[in-house]
Amino acid sequence: MEFSRRSFFKIAGATAGTGLLAGGTARAETASADDKPGVLVDTTRCVGCRACEAACAEANGLPPPPEGDDVLAARRDTSQTAFTVINRTEAPGGGDRFGKKQCMHCISPACASACPVRALDKQPGGPVTYNPSKCMGCRYCMVACPFDIPKYEYESAVPRVRKCSFCAPRQAKGLPPACAEVCPSGALTFGTRHELLEEAKKRIYAPGAAYVRHVYGEHEAGGTSWLYVSDVQFEKLALATGMPDRPYTDLVAGALGAPPFIMTLWPPLLMGLYTFSKRREEVEAGEHAPKHDEEVHHG
Amino acid sequence: MASARTQALAQPSFFREKILLGMTVPAYLKSLLTPFNAVAAAILAVGVPILVYRFAAGLGATTNLSQAYPWGLWIGFDMMTGIVLAAGGFTIGATVQLLGLKDYHVIERPAILTAFLGYVMAIIGLLADLGRPWNIVMALVSYGSASALFEVAWCVMCYSSVLLLEFTVPFFEWLGWRRVHAVLKKALLALTVLSVMFSTMHQSALGSLFLLAPTKLHPLWYTPFIFIFFFISAILAGISMVIVESSLSHKLFAHRLEGQPHVDMDKLLIGLGKAGALVSFAYFFLKLQGIIDGHAWGYLLTGYGALFLVEILGFVLLPSLLFAYGARNQRVKLVRVAGVLTVLGIVFNRLNVSIFAFNWQNPVRYVPSWMEIVVSLTLVTIGVLCFRWVCNRMPILWEDPAFSHED
Repeated sequence: MEFSRRSFFKIAGATAGTGLLAGGTARAETASADDKPGVLVDTTRCVGCRACEAACAEANGLPPPPEGDDVLAARRDTSQTAFTVINRTEAPGGGDRFGKKQCMHCISPACASACPVRALDKQPGGPVTYNPSKCMGCRYCMVACPFDIPKYEYESAVPRVRKCSFCAPRQAKGLPPACAEVCPSGALTFGTRHELLEEAKKRIYAPGAAYVRHVYGEHEAGGTSWLYVSDVQFEKLALATGMPDRPYTDLVAGALGAPPFIMTLWPPLLMGLYTFSKRREEVEAGEHAPKHDEEVHHG
Repeated sequence: MASARTQALAQPSFFREKILLGMTVPAYLKSLLTPFNAVAAAILAVGVPILVYRFAAGLGATTNLSQAYPWGLWIGFDMMTGIVLAAGGFTIGATVQLLGLKDYHVIERPAILTAFLGYVMAIIGLLADLGRPWNIVMALVSYGSASALFEVAWCVMCYSSVLLLEFTVPFFEWLGWRRVHAVLKKALLALTVLSVMFSTMHQSALGSLFLLAPTKLHPLWYTPFIFIFFFISAILAGISMVIVESSLSHKLFAHRLEGQPHVDMDKLLIGLGKAGALVSFAYFFLKLQGIIDGHAWGYLLTGYGALFLVEILGFVLLPSLLFAYGARNQRVKLVRVAGVLTVLGIVFNRLNVSIFAFNWQNPVRYVPSWMEIVVSLTLVTIGVLCFRWVCNRMPILWEDPAFSHED
């Protein structure tokens, strides 16, 4: 439903005046998204036990993650068989910090807006989920995602896009995502987004707090369901940075507003051109040849 | 009985006249033994099995695509480049049918045939690239209307149908089916309007695809107006491809043109050169505006800047000057050179956007596998063979005089 309303504004968005209205809907979406579930990651509380990785693998029927801390030596990315990974970096005062990577479940997901067949779709409850029976395998979602989350089963002859579903099936049963449920250190807090934002800001602005004064995910790519607070720079935690704060759907809004106008304006304009050229031809023919010749020719 | 048989033999059979060019089967087969055909056969002998293997074994076994590079040569070349180089169909169609420049009528049919084959090859390339090509029908039932790719999918589908219908005009002339030919010829005007409409939408939407990659596409190529760049360069590609293709086909099919009314090709090429000069000059300044708008001047001094400068100086500005000089001084050769340079430049641009300047901050680079290259080469070869097959038989480079009065 969200999409149809948005596409209405896309049509309208091509004209300057309605740009304001489109901005209004973006804000309205954020407001309703704030009542939906999210997770707050507090990297200062993460101990790097990687229980979340194991729980994720179990919940999604994926191979169990490698055991032992050796895997933390190299930077890892999520893959078609691992929907969440922990990366390690050094804290400013010594010691380790850990960054958890998984799908951010954007409020206006680039992947879902890129998908031409809505195989990737934003659920009303918040999760961005994938339906392989609709997917044609164009992989535009992978091009679009600023966090590089969708991964592809290139080795398969019947490949799927693979990524974290925010444990949508579990959430439908009223359960928290597997990773958030298993986290023993309190690094992952599952709740509604506005509660989490309040909590995040309370922590980072607390007197004497060593946090970076930014909630990662509050505005990135228009805002995400997953939010991070940290006392090390976010890029050091292997989190993608540098993407615009506007919802990604806004980036194409202008271009996608054009087709209705092309479809309604091109045909009459082109037929007008044709009429002019035909008229010119007739006038020229009339000047060069006497009229009765013309009649004989057509008769 | 016997006399009936001799009579049947004496009458030129449809198959022999229309398909075998009036030769007997052995003579026809013998005529196929040329060096060009040997090379083409070698490419097909390798490429077609690879295409089959890709569907059996998957993309991982045949391509160098990766998680960081979901789009490779089959999208960057077969789709992006294939579609833009097929823009001659709507450009010349509009020139002749809508602007009323009837002189260009003689190059309209080859342009439409090139466009039609270009789209068919691009669609085959796309089907090879799609992970689940059978689900392409989902575009008809599950509307991802917030996606530029949805727009591309629908427009390419509709426009390919329009091109097919436009192509049926010479096709039915060839078969001699007068009634249906007359109907379609009357529909040409409406089909041309549709072709301009659909082309405006999907040629630009192919650029809009990259609007969702602001962090991945290099700032020299990323601009919020990339869809306008793609559309203007599609018109430029259309004009240039027609220059290249009509120069080649009038040379290669000279023997088929004997006895046809003489056409002053040089005059047409000069006219196209004028149009090429105008559009490429405009495109050059549009590209400059892209730099200004993106505050990307600083990048010009980097390696990517060099790539960009080669593209806009060597393959846009230089040909635009050659077009202008050639058209002004009646130097057809220069117009041809400019046409070739522009075509190469637009191929270069599409590859830059979709491959070279994509993921510019990622140290891992994509290099196509040999199988990807062979498949792309195979599709081009099939396109050229089909073009030649049709041109040798159907009234493409000329119109059947028996039909021309039915305007």
